[in-house]
Order: sequence, then C-alpha cells, then structure tokens
Amino acid sequence: MQNSTRSGFAWQETVIGLGILVLAAVVAWQTTLIPEHAVYAKVGPKVFPWVATGLLAFMGVLLTIEGLLGGWEHEASADTDWPSLGWLCGGLLLNVVLISNAGFIIAGTILFVCTARAFGSRQPLRDAAIALMLAVVAYVGFDRILGYKIGSGLIERFL
Amino acid sequence: MSETLGYLAQGFAVALTPTNLMWCFIGVFVGTAVGVLPGIGPALTIALLLPLTYKVDATAALILFAGIYYGAMYGGSTTSILLNTPGESATIVTAMEGNQMAKRGRAGAALATAAIGSFVAGTIGTIGITFLAEPVVNLALRFGPADYFSLMLLAFVTVSAVLGNSAVRGLTSLAVGIFLGLIGIDLQTGQPRFWFGITELSDGINVIVVAVGLFAVGETLYLAAQKKSDAPPEVLEVKDSIMMSREDWARSWKPWLRGSALGFPIGAMPAGGAEIPTFLSYYIEKKLSPKPEEFGKGAIEGVAGPEAANNASAAGVLVPMLALGLPTSATAAIMLSAFQSYQITPGPLLLQQQASLVWGLIASLYIGNVMLLVLNLPLIALWVRMLKIPQPLLYGGILMFATIGTYGISQSYVDLILLYLIGGMGLLMRRFDFPTAPVIIGMILGPLAEQNFRQAMTISQGDMTVFLTRPLSASLLALGVLALVAPMLVRLRRSA
Repeated sequence: MQNSTRSGFAWQETVIGLGILVLAAVVAWQTTLIPEHAVYAKVGPKVFPWVATGLLAFMGVLLTIEGLLGGWEHEASADTDWPSLGWLCGGLLLNVVLISNAGFIIAGTILFVCTARAFGSRQPLRDAAIALMLAVVAYVGFDRILGYKIGSGLIERFL
Repeated sequence: MSETLGYLAQGFAVALTPTNLMWCFIGVFVGTAVGVLPGIGPALTIALLLPLTYKVDATAALILFAGIYYGAMYGGSTTSILLNTPGESATIVTAMEGNQMAKRGRAGAALATAAIGSFVAGTIGTIGITFLAEPVVNLALRFGPADYFSLMLLAFVTVSAVLGNSAVRGLTSLAVGIFLGLIGIDLQTGQPRFWFGITELSDGINVIVVAVGLFAVGETLYLAAQKKSDAPPEVLEVKDSIMMSREDWARSWKPWLRGSALGFPIGAMPAGGAEIPTFLSYYIEKKLSPKPEEFGKGAIEGVAGPEAANNASAAGVLVPMLALGLPTSATAAIMLSAFQSYQITPGPLLLQQQASLVWGLIASLYIGNVMLLVLNLPLIALWVRMLKIPQPLLYGGILMFATIGTYGISQSYVDLILLYLIGGMGLLMRRFDFPTAPVIIGMILGPLAEQNFRQAMTISQGDMTVFLTRPLSASLLALGVLALVAPMLVRLRRSA
C-alpha cells in the first residue's frame, strides 16, 4: 500500500502472512479443545479465543495480500551476516544445554564469549575473563543478595 | 485542591524515608544508565527486575520502577546527542538536531538544554499527575465494565493502528500479544487454555519472558544479523562545558514550556506514545523560530522542545496507568504487571485503597527529577564513558542478564527456549517493521479486556447491545472506529 513503486510478488512478506494464517489455524484448533461448562454459558472461556482467532486470520489474509502485491518497505535481507548469527545462536544453544548442569556462571561466560564474537570481537580470552568476572558478580548479586534463584553449578557451589 | 496538597505532603513523608530515597536513587541511576546504553531501555530493565516484587514492598518497588522510567528519558537524550543512534524511539528528533550541535562543538549546550528541559517538563508533568489524578478517578468511578471494555478497545486501536507505520502490521502485533496473554489458566473457570500439553505453559507465559525475548534477545539477534560496518558508531567528544549561554537560555525556555504543554496531554490520552508530541514540538519550534534556517544544522530549540515534550508525555502516560489501569506504552504495561504481582489493581479505587502508595510514588517523581538533574549535569562524564563500552561486551552482558531474569523465574529450560523463540520472533519483527510495543500491551491488557467483557455480559445477561446503549461506551467505541478508519480515508484521498 505504502510503496506503489514495488511490483510483483514478495515471497518473504507472503510467507509471513501465511505464517500468521497458520498461527490462526493453530489457535482455532486449540480453542475447540477448551472444555466448556454449561454454567458459564453466557460468555465462556472460548469467546475471546475466537475473537483472537478471527483477528489473527484477518490480519494474516491482509498481510498475504500485501505480500502478493509486492510487500512493504523493510530492510533488505540480502546482507544478513550469517556467520555472526551462527555464533550467537550457538552461544544461546550452549547456554540452555549447560545451565542446569554446569551452572549459570559457566553457561553465561560461554554465551558472553560467543556473543562478543558475533559482534566482531577477536579476543576470546579477554572476553572470557571479563565474562567470568561479570558472571560471578551478577550471580552473587542476583542469587545471593537479591534472592533470584538461578540454581547451582560447578563454580556456584564454592561461592 | 488543598486536599490534594495534603495528600501530596503525606506522599513526601513516604518518599523521604531513607529506604525509599535509596530506591528512588537506585532507580534514577539505573534508569539513566539503561537510557544511555544503546539497545536496552526501561521496559526491558523493569521486566528484568520484576522478580524483586517478591522481595521488597510495593511502594519501594514502584518507586524504583518509576525512577527507572524517568531516568531512561534523561539518559536517552545523552545517547542521541552524542551517538546519533537514538536510544529511545521518541528521541529521533533530538538525534537530528542535538547531534548536529555536538558536531559543531556545542555538545555541552545541547546536553544542558536537554537535561534542564527534561527537568522542567518532568516537573510540570508530575504537577499534572498530581492534580489530574483526582478528576480522572472521579470520572472513572462512573465507568462500568462495558465502558472499560470499550476504553480498552480504543487503546488497542490507538497503540497498534494509529501509531507506527502500518495499521495492518500494528494490529498483527497486537493479535499475537492477545494470543500470548490467553495462554494459561482462565481466571473465571479455572481451565487451562492453549497449553499444548506443556505443563510449564499451563500457568501462562511470564511477561518477563516476552519482554526480555523481544527487547533483549530479539534486538541482539537483529544487530548481530546486520552486516557490520567497518567503523563502529563514533561517540562525539564533549568539548565545551556543560553550560548554556545567556542566548541559549533565551532560546530554550519557551520551547521547554511549549514542549511540556504538548507532551503531557498527548501522553495522558488513551493513545499515549511520545513520538507524536516530539515531532509536533519540533515542527512548531521550526515554525516559530526566528532562524528556521538553523534547523537541521543544530538549532538549540530543536533539542529543547522535543526533549521537553518527550519527558512530559512520559509523565502523562502515568495518568491513565494509575487512574484507569490503562497502560499505553510497553513500559507502562510492565509496570502494571508489577502492580498485579502485589495483587493491586490500578484504577479508580487505587487512590482510595492505596493512598500512601500512590502519593508516595508521585512525591518520589518530584524527588527523582531533582536527582536526575544532578546526575545528568555535573556527572555527565560518567555516562559519556558508559557510551564507549564496546558493542561485543555490551551485548554479551545484555544476554547474560537476560538469562538471569528468565532462568530465575523457575529454573526451567522451557522458559529459556520460549525466550529464544520470542527472540527469533523479535528479530523478524524488527526486520519486517512490525512494532513490538503492541505485543506487550496486548498481552497485559488482553486478559483485563476479556474480564471486563465477561463481567459486562453477565450484568447485561448476555445482551451484546450493552456496549452501544451505554453512552460512555458507545462514544468510546465510536472514537475507536474513527481512529481506525480516519487514517485510511486520508491515505485513500491522498492516493486518489
């Protein structure tokens, strides 16, 4: 709508529109699974979910149409920095895998180093040293002083 | 009037206790820091600190959060003047004019007019809250559930369809937020909804996960996925002293007052948002300036006015939040969920039932503004140094704190996986220009809208026309339809 200069079909925007339609379908399917008691017949727990389904479906249709008509103004994705994204996603994955066994300090330090690498740092040892200090301070501050519960781990048990 | 001043005096008695002063100071300090640091903002910070609500009492936590909220407004202007990448979306205008001033060696004057203007506007805005709270509450006491529901619909439309670039994308974000808010136990029947057989989901998705996912993980993924330019954005040096000349004062004070007069009422409307008043203020100052040719090249009015408008509208947003329980920004929505975790419902009854909390909070806003003026004028060098933290370390740290906030909810890896999924969604939303605030607002306000809808239908015994037969509800709905349709008609006429 905003840019009449575009023409033809924009596959990324169309996929987003279709994705919203899929989400609407999932919401509709889950809504049918909500049990309904006769006592609450006036406005039961299904009414609002149906409204959400309808809104999602309507928006999905509109987005798909926009996509088919050429999409909308947004950043070009041709210049995605895949290696950086890879480092970052790797760090996030390791974080989930390690946090319950090795503990927050080790998992967080690895996440920090991978993130720094994703942002172009080439000094992993320096990053690791900074990360370790920050993780220890943050663990003591949040877990021990502020009462967050971040669990224990290989290093945490000595603190 | 005199009654209000009496309440305010009691509020100061609450806010001036040593502990509450300490929370206020921590709040404005942390707030300035997150405002200065690019990539993080008050919504994310308050979300990360929500677990504190289990530890400290309600007054202290809300004073802390409000301090962060105000402080981030001050800090954001420093970043936009010295770095030209707006820390906050509402400081885009300051970035245009303030950065030009800094490039011409007038960074000190720009920082000074921004800080003093923020103080003037923040104080005027807080006076506005003080005297507007009572009348708004008196109006709101007449609201029934049907009227509330219509008011929330109006807010939904304005925050998602009117603000932002596209009504379709804004409403899509809102719909996703409403869906996220539906997940979990239905309060009226005790049924779990949308839990997909995952136990962790039957309690609902914590707002911390969504806010941190969108604002921290999504933002980091987005920036990492961008091709890095060779040179990192340059932090301009502050070469002059943080002072304003006589001429600067003469050119600043009127824009401060005009900016406040624009920002507060617009912020206090159910639409909210600081973008409109800042842009309006910039436009007006350019029109009124005797030297319009300086605009775009570092006109001090272009910093003074929009900065004041920004801060006054931030104060304005607190009026519907406190008096109606209606959040119109992501930060206000997260503050509302802080109230909820104390089982306190913001709204007209708040002022009666929690008078010392509300007035203590308002008093702390006056105190916080004074603290912020001191923090942002003599101590500016500290924040400038903070701006120079290299990106790799900054985002490494942000993700570490994101992990603490999320994993700390229940030490569950499910929360972390959800965090990453929502972060991935945030990346796509940034890339394809979907606004993120409607997600948070839909998630927090959706369940409240549902509750009011069902109450209204119970009272009317299932008669849907109640939303149209009550005059208040009908006019709110009409406004909502107008807000949705009018921009489309304008666009159609323009293209025709």
